[in-house]
Amino acid sequence: MTPQLLSGNEACAIGGLRAGVRFFAGYPITPSTEIAEYLARELPRVGGTYIQMEDEIGSICCISGATAAGLKAMTATSGPGFSLMQEGIGYSVMAELPCVIVNVMRGGPATGSPTRSAQADVMQARHGTHGDHPMVVVCPWSVRECFDLMVMAVNTSERLRMPVVVLTDEIVGHMRERVELPKTPETWRPANPKRPPETYEHYGDETNYDSRIASFGEGYRIHLTGLVHRHDGFPSDDPEVIKWNLDRLHRKVRDNESWLWDLTFEDLGADTVIVCYGSTARSALAAKRQFERKTGRTVGFLRLRMVWPFPLRRLVSLLRSTRRVIVPEMNMGQLNRSVERAVSPDVPVIPVLRYDGEMLTPEEIIDAL
Amino acid sequence: MTHYSLGDEPSDRFLDRFRLDERFPHILCPGCGIGTAMATLVRTLQELGRDPTKLCVVSGIGCSSRVPGYLDCDTFHTLHGRSLAAATGVKLARPDLEVIVFGGDGDTLAIGGNHFIHAARRNLDLNVFVINNRTYGMTGGQYSPTTPTHDIAATAPWGNCERDFDICFMARAAGAMFVARSTTYHVAHLKKMMKLTLTKTGFSVLEIVSQCPTLYGRHQRIGDGVAMLKWMKEKSVDVGKVKDPWGESERFVIGVLHDREEVLPYTKLYQQVREKAAGEQR
Ligand SMILES: Cc1ncc(C[n+]2csc(CCOP(=O)(O)OP(=O)(O)O)c2C)c(N)n1
Repeated sequence: MTPQLLSGNEACAIGGLRAGVRFFAGYPITPSTEIAEYLARELPRVGGTYIQMEDEIGSICCISGATAAGLKAMTATSGPGFSLMQEGIGYSVMAELPCVIVNVMRGGPATGSPTRSAQADVMQARHGTHGDHPMVVVCPWSVRECFDLMVMAVNTSERLRMPVVVLTDEIVGHMRERVELPKTPETWRPANPKRPPETYEHYGDETNYDSRIASFGEGYRIHLTGLVHRHDGFPSDDPEVIKWNLDRLHRKVRDNESWLWDLTFEDLGADTVIVCYGSTARSALAAKRQFERKTGRTVGFLRLRMVWPFPLRRLVSLLRSTRRVIVPEMNMGQLNRSVERAVSPDVPVIPVLRYDGEMLTPEEIIDAL
Repeated sequence: MTHYSLGDEPSDRFLDRFRLDERFPHILCPGCGIGTAMATLVRTLQELGRDPTKLCVVSGIGCSSRVPGYLDCDTFHTLHGRSLAAATGVKLARPDLEVIVFGGDGDTLAIGGNHFIHAARRNLDLNVFVINNRTYGMTGGQYSPTTPTHDIAATAPWGNCERDFDICFMARAAGAMFVARSTTYHVAHLKKMMKLTLTKTGFSVLEIVSQCPTLYGRHQRIGDGVAMLKWMKEKSVDVGKVKDPWGESERFVIGVLHDREEVLPYTKLYQQVREKAAGEQR
């Protein structure tokens, strides 16, 4: 392994590739295009496919076709494109098709500030598509972590048979760091479908995520639909089936929360804890260090690598003795509301917000400490 | 299990292989032409000796798009308008599979119009069957991009003031290799056109003019399913009998309208990209 100087976007592309992604469909948009450009060059070299679709709606639907036919697939986009993808993301949730969507966040709404950074899609990533649905969203803060969480996203989406969003931003996407990336990261290697085509039911397996589901062209003759469906995949509007289907989608995530939740922390014994994610966590860590050096007082630091499903129960126990919480975000206040639910009402949760496209500085966070 | 026959002799066994009897009865209205198109598709696949395990039928949302749900092969009922985008993914991932796209005029030409144009331009090796019933059947008979001017629809109670598309003309302009039209009245002809569509390489489109007596025929006061079949018979003319097949606005010109010399389909071209990429450093 030789160290390389890479951007977060390149690391996302490499992470996908090394986790086994062999299909990319996308539409160019700043600040995510380097991911598409990297994969347009590298995918055909390994027998994979890159296709530039006519828009992001087409991209996400094209991906659902490729995954239904058995490939690991991903796309990369930013705000406006992410908005266009929402219906297709819901389809992948409903039909239980894996895929990874990288959203390199920029300022919004609408065309917003294409070349500026923001963390304003945290809520959209969770609730963007209609209907009750679970969502898995990871949020890297460094180039190396773009790679690691990309691998984790591919594995998780395959295992839980659902889309996973990798939420980065213009800062993380364009920042360059010296990294050494593993050539062959650990990937999920499932067993083949447990039953032969004659008795196979596409959604028959209730709790077990160790085998894969059948793909098109394997002789199983499966039916996939975005309608509420029964165990065998065929549509139904029977109230019992509707409830079973929705419960099933949510149960997959709920049952696996304990290994899904992913966060790092230090000094949680301190009175004040900074809860942060993504690029702002870099400023938050710098703020902690500078503040401690200057005042001699310790500040707690908790960084979410996975923002959804929100690790509420873990935060409740980790923040038991905390007297004050600071939540820095590059938006008008999105994740701080969820953090509020993890502490008792007398513990102030203080948002430190910046939404002018510039990075939140350590000084701004120190001011709140 | 009751054997429901689609307008054939009950002893018509050859339908069985591609059709899921346990999914019947279907959702279509009495007199609807979509069942005829489906039965003809099944019969065509049977006659061509196609293997159901090597076939994927993709659709969007609408009455026409429900067809895959009755077929015994890999079937993919996607989002409204997105069948061609999804089929693109399937075909690129598995170029060895035969991919059929089945959908309505709204699904394929309105909400899915952009995907239709670009799939044709890319010359993906797809077989696209568009049921043209001149209306949005599933949502209750609103006007579609193929509803003729002045026709009455649920959302055009005073007459449609928009112009309609010619699906075949559009397919040709966008780069389709093969374009044909038939109707659900001309069943033998329809089967012949389906066969041709399925044996052509590259982006192939078959427009199937079909009757929606419940929502289109009633609004236009044409009558029930039988009356609409007669209406389609009277309005159709064979492509060999017209001077300019693209200049007809009052009649359905049926037959092969466009059959160009084949060029390499997208999957073959992309294979060349792979070979080049594997051999060169960049
Ligand atoms: C995004 C979206 N918009 C609207 C609809 C509602 N919708 C369902 S089917 C349909 C039109 C169907 O018409 P067509 O494609 O012509 O097929 P037909 O039912 O006539 O066979 C519409 C508008 C939808 N399902 N999804």
